Amino acid sequence: MTVWLVVAVVGTATIAFKAAGPLLLGRRRLPDQVAGLVALLAPVLLAALVVTQTVGGDNRLVLDARLVGVGAGAAAIAARAPLPAVVVAAAAATAVTRLLT
Amino acid sequence: MSEEVRSYRDGMRAVLAIAATVWFFGASFGLLARSSGLGVVAPLVMSATTFAGSAQFAVVSILGTSGGAAAAIAAAVLLNARYVPISISVASLFHGRRLRRLAGAQLIVDESWAISSRGGGRFDRRLLIGAGLVLYAAWVTGTAVGVAGGEALGDPRDLGLDGAFPALFLALLVSQLVDRKAQVAALLGAAIAFALTPFTPAGTPIVAASAACLLGLRRRPGLRRQRT
Repeated sequence: MTVWLVVAVVGTATIAFKAAGPLLLGRRRLPDQVAGLVALLAPVLLAALVVTQTVGGDNRLVLDARLVGVGAGAAAIAARAPLPAVVVAAAAATAVTRLLT
Repeated sequence: MSEEVRSYRDGMRAVLAIAATVWFFGASFGLLARSSGLGVVAPLVMSATTFAGSAQFAVVSILGTSGGAAAAIAAAVLLNARYVPISISVASLFHGRRLRRLAGAQLIVDESWAISSRGGGRFDRRLLIGAGLVLYAAWVTGTAVGVAGGEALGDPRDLGLDGAFPALFLALLVSQLVDRKAQVAALLGAAIAFALTPFTPAGTPIVAASAACLLGLRRRPGLRRQRT
């Protein structure tokens, strides 16, 4: 019963979050001031995601093989590798590091 | 070949590599959920409705370690609160009847949103929908395989897949750093997330980091300097 309560509440909340922009704003244009703020959402949230997905844990910093994976990914990016190659390089480096440590 | 066409192709190719990764995580979610006592149907319903990996993993780990429903709900809601600003950023891509917008918006997920981003606050509708559909199918079928008995697939961590996501986001971030303002805001966002990570539950750092977007409020339109 607890499980279904959680599934229902989390599902409903997430559906509402994702629909908030498209339902409430629709095609209306944002005021310029707000548009300037929204334009920064992608770089800001992506940067935050890089940090939390690399060293994030619950209430703690976790330094593990993911760091090496991101390093390999960064090297691939610097070498102008295509996106899939970046993803594969990062996964491979993470897996190998985890295997060796 | 124009840059637009090239980035479109890169995006479509990229989503396949990411979809494979997402599929494995869906399978491990299904496996974990079932072994944590969530049954078979509930994890599937959750993947089909919530469709957000990190929140679902949080729910499983909290319920699996005898945490209460309230803690699981709070963690997942906090984790998914980022979809409010994310959905606002792509609001103009969705049109038609309310029900259609509601349904289409469910394809918004970190990866489809990031891949569809063109920089400067612009997003590509076809990329978002296309990538979202592929990722949704991968997530739900992965979950189904996981609950049906995904032990044979192994732990996605052994395959290093958890290291693939930050690298993807980094690659997409680099293409976003088009001007000084974006660079400063990204740096500030990363710093906020990093500073909060040791003290707050997962999800909070990302939501707090979005405050860095306030840097975008200062400049008045018309004063925009052109830099090439």
